[in-house]
Amino acid sequence: MTTTQQLNELINREYQHGFYTQLEADTIPLGLNESTIRLISAKKNEPAFMLEWRLKAYQHWLTLSEPRWANLDWSPIDYQNAYYYSAPKSEKNGPRDLSEIDPELLRTYEKLGIPLKEQKMLAGVAVDAVFDSVSVATTFKQNLSTLGIIFCPFSEAVQKYPDLVKQYLGSVVPYTDNFFASLNAAVFSDGSFCYIPPGVHCPMELSTYFRINAKNTGQFERTLIIADKDAYVSYLEGCTAPMRDEHQLHAAVVELIALEGARIKYATVQNWYPGDKEGKGGIYNFVTKRGDCRGEKSHISWTQVETGSAITWKYPSVILRGNGSVGEFYSVALSNNHQQADTGTKMIHIGRDTKSTVLSKGISAGYGQNTYRGLIKVLSGAENARNYTQCDSLLLGEHCGAHTFPYIEVKNPSAKVEHEASTSRIGEEQLFYCTQRGISPENAVSMIVSGFCKAVFQELPMEFSVEAQKLLGVSLEGSTG
Amino acid sequence: MLSIKNLHVCIDGKEILRGINLDVKAGEVHAIMGPNASGKSTLAQLLAGREIYKVTAGSVHYLGRDLLAMSPERRACEGVFLAFQYPVEIPGVSNALFLKTALNAIRKYHRLPELDAMDFLTLVRERMKRVGMDEALLLRAVNEGFSGGEKKRNEILQLNILQPRLAILDETDSGLDIDALKLVADGVNDMRGADRAIILVTHYQRLLDYIVPDAVHVLSQGCIVKSGGADLAKDLERHGYNWLETGDLIKQIA
Repeated sequence: MTTTQQLNELINREYQHGFYTQLEADTIPLGLNESTIRLISAKKNEPAFMLEWRLKAYQHWLTLSEPRWANLDWSPIDYQNAYYYSAPKSEKNGPRDLSEIDPELLRTYEKLGIPLKEQKMLAGVAVDAVFDSVSVATTFKQNLSTLGIIFCPFSEAVQKYPDLVKQYLGSVVPYTDNFFASLNAAVFSDGSFCYIPPGVHCPMELSTYFRINAKNTGQFERTLIIADKDAYVSYLEGCTAPMRDEHQLHAAVVELIALEGARIKYATVQNWYPGDKEGKGGIYNFVTKRGDCRGEKSHISWTQVETGSAITWKYPSVILRGNGSVGEFYSVALSNNHQQADTGTKMIHIGRDTKSTVLSKGISAGYGQNTYRGLIKVLSGAENARNYTQCDSLLLGEHCGAHTFPYIEVKNPSAKVEHEASTSRIGEEQLFYCTQRGISPENAVSMIVSGFCKAVFQELPMEFSVEAQKLLGVSLEGSTG
Repeated sequence: MLSIKNLHVCIDGKEILRGINLDVKAGEVHAIMGPNASGKSTLAQLLAGREIYKVTAGSVHYLGRDLLAMSPERRACEGVFLAFQYPVEIPGVSNALFLKTALNAIRKYHRLPELDAMDFLTLVRERMKRVGMDEALLLRAVNEGFSGGEKKRNEILQLNILQPRLAILDETDSGLDIDALKLVADGVNDMRGADRAIILVTHYQRLLDYIVPDAVHVLSQGCIVKSGGADLAKDLERHGYNWLETGDLIKQIA
């Protein structure tokens, strides 16, 4: 077998989560206009301030056009030919407890490997599962509430904690931020909300699992996480979608707020359907994620493993406002077949003694195109700011591409900004060295890719690290000691 | 054990090996010497299964079977080992993991139970001592940042752990100082045995002071131009490769 064949085999492994669940759904009419938004807001029984905000966002969105500056090529999206709200019908009145959830839905989650049932909860992951547009179950809510932690569907937070929502919603990613963030603000139907009170160290990993099930629906979820003074939370997010020939839009917004001394770790394993080998179908993933280190010595880190989606457009960023705050971005992005990823981060240094680290690992295979795009911005008041960026690209095969666009803007002379970049190819020599030792080509590629991503995987919580490994078709080293 | 008949090999349309005949029996150590670009490394890599070379004629049989029909990993599992002239770096993959994966792949092939981490560690520690390798190198990424000597010793360590039946050493002596050379030679001598054959590919006679071969073959322009005993290497050392080529030339003119 030639090297190319070996690589192709690894690359062409089929999408594992492509099943579709037959459920009765409550879907609103096709298309987007002001009444769509009023309808969504009404279905959610939202207070006036929410509707007002959505409508402002919609009006603003109408003035914008899709951003086309990224190194991505996608076919035009017909925003009028999509459903902006789809909920499994049996959940119309909102889930009460797990026994009331459609067993078909639970089976879907089982297939996805989400520990949704209570007995499985002992594993220590609290899951808020978002199925199409609504949050179906939030587990462990009780246990968390004794600590004063709020972890619930966004729509519930709007009802129960309107003041918190009002205070923080859009404070990191305003509805004017960009085309997709505006669209999200106008039509988002659910998501997760999390608040950690002062001094509380959240004792378990919080997790959201997103799945796009219905046909022609966009998923617009919104996550808002607030870590109050000296609080700590680690948050995980995973995503899958069934296989479909059409492209589906996913335009999420995540806002993180860390107050003084707080720490938020946010990890994503994104495995949306990437389209088939010819590039047909797949999710368009246009996501805005941003964290605000609002307080002194606060700390936000983003870790992402991006293996899915036809198009990935995503730049989890940190605004380093508080003095001595720290921002981190660890990323593995894999593009194979005809996948395209334009991803990276923005680190905005505003406060004194702020520090940021960026570690990006891009893997391109097949006809995949992988772009790292990063901005390091040091404002004039950011005395003593530090940044270290390392971005490495690995190419598998002859037809893929890796691109790096680092932007650095420094307005304070005491700043120290370092950027390192490398591009390598899994060579025929490297593979031969492994196979000559008896290792199969498939395992050799896995091992090499796993080695390449090691520094990022180390940043993931254990459960996700395992999932990430599986996704990349590799077995994790070090677990046997 | 190994029988090469009239082997012709090309790369990018250029013929590198032009009719090699060679028989190596179990228990023997053969040295293949020759000037640069004579085809020594091509022969070594071809036997190990490197796919960039194309066989245009001839055959290679290993333990009575068609070696050329086997994939590189199959050859490795069947006991063919190549100590690389330029060992490859694999960033992020620890030397220990690499070795354990390789050893267990071969054990699995022979339907032996895989070694667990503890058993493997015990084995590898003992072998590292034998080849004079620092244990810290186990945790480092495969060959990454290794000195030239460390890389070569790492190859010998792999040889020692994988225990092949046919070991091919491609210029394992190049770039080594005398102490390192002795350690490597000890490692190879340690492996000599009645059911194992060793092929040493080398440019210099120096290694053969420490590993005394049963046969020496001189390769020049893709052909074995002379074969003999251990003394042949000494003659070469004295007269240089030109001696043979000139002789060859005279023969052709005469």
